[in-house]
Amino acid sequence: MSAFFTWLAGLPPLAQVPIVILVFAVVVAAILFFVEIAPRSGRIYTIIRLAVCILGPLAILLIVGSYWWAAAAAAVLGGVFFLLDYRSKQGAGYLFQLFGFLGPAVLLLTLGLILPSIQTIVQSMMNSRGERFVGFENFIWIFTQPEAIRTVGNTIIWVLVAPIVSTIAGLAYAVFIDKSRGEKYFKILVFMPMAISFVGASIIWRFVYTARPAEQNQIGLLNQVVVWFGGEPVSFLAVEPWNTFFLIVVLIWVQTGFAMVILSAAIKGVPTEQVEAAELDGTNGWQRFTNVTVPGIRSSLIVVLTTISIASLKVFDIVRTMTAGANDTSVIANEMYTQFKNFEQGRSAAFAVVLFLLVLPIVVYNARQIKKQREIR
Amino acid sequence: MSAVVPVELPIDADTEKQLRRGEDSAPRRTKRRLTSRGATIAALLIAVLWTVPTFGLFVSSFRPAQQVRTTGWWTIFENWGFTFDNYGEVLKAGNSQIDLAGAFINSIAITLPATLIPLMIASLAAYAFAWIDFRGKDIMFIAVFALQIVPIQMVLVPLLQYFSRGELFGFPVVESLTEGGGYAQVWIAHTMFALPLAIFLLHNFVSEIPREVIEAARVDGAGHGQIFFRIIIPLTMPSLAAFAIFQFLWVWNDLLVALVFADGAVAPMTKLLAEITGTRGQDWHLLTAGAFISILVPLIVFFALQRYFVRGLLAGSTKG
Repeated sequence: MSAFFTWLAGLPPLAQVPIVILVFAVVVAAILFFVEIAPRSGRIYTIIRLAVCILGPLAILLIVGSYWWAAAAAAVLGGVFFLLDYRSKQGAGYLFQLFGFLGPAVLLLTLGLILPSIQTIVQSMMNSRGERFVGFENFIWIFTQPEAIRTVGNTIIWVLVAPIVSTIAGLAYAVFIDKSRGEKYFKILVFMPMAISFVGASIIWRFVYTARPAEQNQIGLLNQVVVWFGGEPVSFLAVEPWNTFFLIVVLIWVQTGFAMVILSAAIKGVPTEQVEAAELDGTNGWQRFTNVTVPGIRSSLIVVLTTISIASLKVFDIVRTMTAGANDTSVIANEMYTQFKNFEQGRSAAFAVVLFLLVLPIVVYNARQIKKQREIR
Repeated sequence: MSAVVPVELPIDADTEKQLRRGEDSAPRRTKRRLTSRGATIAALLIAVLWTVPTFGLFVSSFRPAQQVRTTGWWTIFENWGFTFDNYGEVLKAGNSQIDLAGAFINSIAITLPATLIPLMIASLAAYAFAWIDFRGKDIMFIAVFALQIVPIQMVLVPLLQYFSRGELFGFPVVESLTEGGGYAQVWIAHTMFALPLAIFLLHNFVSEIPREVIEAARVDGAGHGQIFFRIIIPLTMPSLAAFAIFQFLWVWNDLLVALVFADGAVAPMTKLLAEITGTRGQDWHLLTAGAFISILVPLIVFFALQRYFVRGLLAGSTKG
């Protein structure tokens, strides 16, 4: 670890925050300053550019704790970059400015997303310690082991149930409260769970689900309701296969607010003339809803459905906190983490790739719908 | 520009009453037409269903441990009890390396830099994509946008290896970031994961600034550095705020990144709470108080900055 980070880690946590933000602000200010003066011509500015090109990478690599030779290589690369910039068709300093703005983001994206993704794909075809190529063995394992199949199956249940139920609940609520008195407050109540972390939401719902033996007082609300109706208390998180649905309730609880806000805005966008015309034709409320409102908000409905589908595919925190995957409740994202913790890197990577392949079509479709919606507006 | 202000007319009370009746009769009529009694009841039911679980948590966190264990929170008036002890106790609960009070501090120390740093880096990149012409701009922008499809799960393990060994494809480049046990790696990880969405969103806002404004600044002799600092940042402040709030909540509420990158003494509250739920799952007086502490900050942000909050959350809903 580099001297800077070691020194920083030794400070009290709250002292680290202003220091790191300040250091970062200085770096950004320096970038902006050099970008500002970069296109100016004259020998002095050329020398400044040269100095920054060589000393910049050197300093950064030394700050993050690099080896001398790596820092030296970076400095040489910086020198090459200076020459490229100097001979740039758009004039000296052009590439320099471009790199000042884009460089940090591109570097971080390459290091943090592109390279690791490639590595995960490679790793998914390696054995548990990542040293021997095994082809599709990990994927075959996922789709043949009963437990792993169960995991994939659970994920599919999540994707089928959570988006549909939360969209219906959100839509119903949005319609019910539309133009009613105190609409704003009604919205706040249902949107509030969006602010709560999945971990917090899981604890809230675990408390609702708690079961006590029949002869004792119930402390979980749901079991108290069951007892009031004359039933036996149920340990909701242990009964298969229904426990998965009780976990899904948590996601529905969180996501309904999202669906409600988007759909409420869409409903307000449906032209009043259409609703009134339908009314003059003698339709009842339900007919107006299915024939005028729903077609009018179709694209928003699709955006909501796909967005919540993506969230349900990636669901991790809820399962981790509520059951940690016990009693056949595991999902792909949770299993990926569990396998990683059990030093099964190959399988963990294979789960990640499966997740990626499942998410891919939905995200592409979602992005296209959002774009379309923007064009309409 | 000045807003149009309605003039107070000198009218007597009767006329005023009459006028006012005319003003609000129209919306009231449509309201009656659109919401039936059944719908109102259904809406109330949903609102109650959605609020009761949180309310139960809130009430229970203030009840004495003995009562939380033996009676339901809805019997609070029959079994009255009020105490702050749960909060005191849960702040000291935790593992050998850290307690919940420390984790709360950690959450703050992780969240603030992990919000501001990506925001700055992304707005720099967004400016370049919006206002500097270069070859391959469109393709590059689409590539950045497309990176949103990569689930975090895809990159966690390799990224952890880069951090712990400091090597890329087997070549050592930097020294290990993990040894000192600081926040560095969790800050960097959150920054990386935030960028695709942040660049995409901020680009939309930055490119909406009228071209004339930028041209005028350029004519006055400002370079890209000054334009960015003096024009772009002030004009996009509301959008920056919306994204900052989204990112703040995302990092604050995140568990997965914390589990992998913030271990031991730098663990944030979500990680510690998940752990306490695993080890002391039946100590409800502690869990309720702990959960309430962790959701308190987001709730304050939510109620204080609602407009930005909704905008930010809606914009970033597919992240993760």
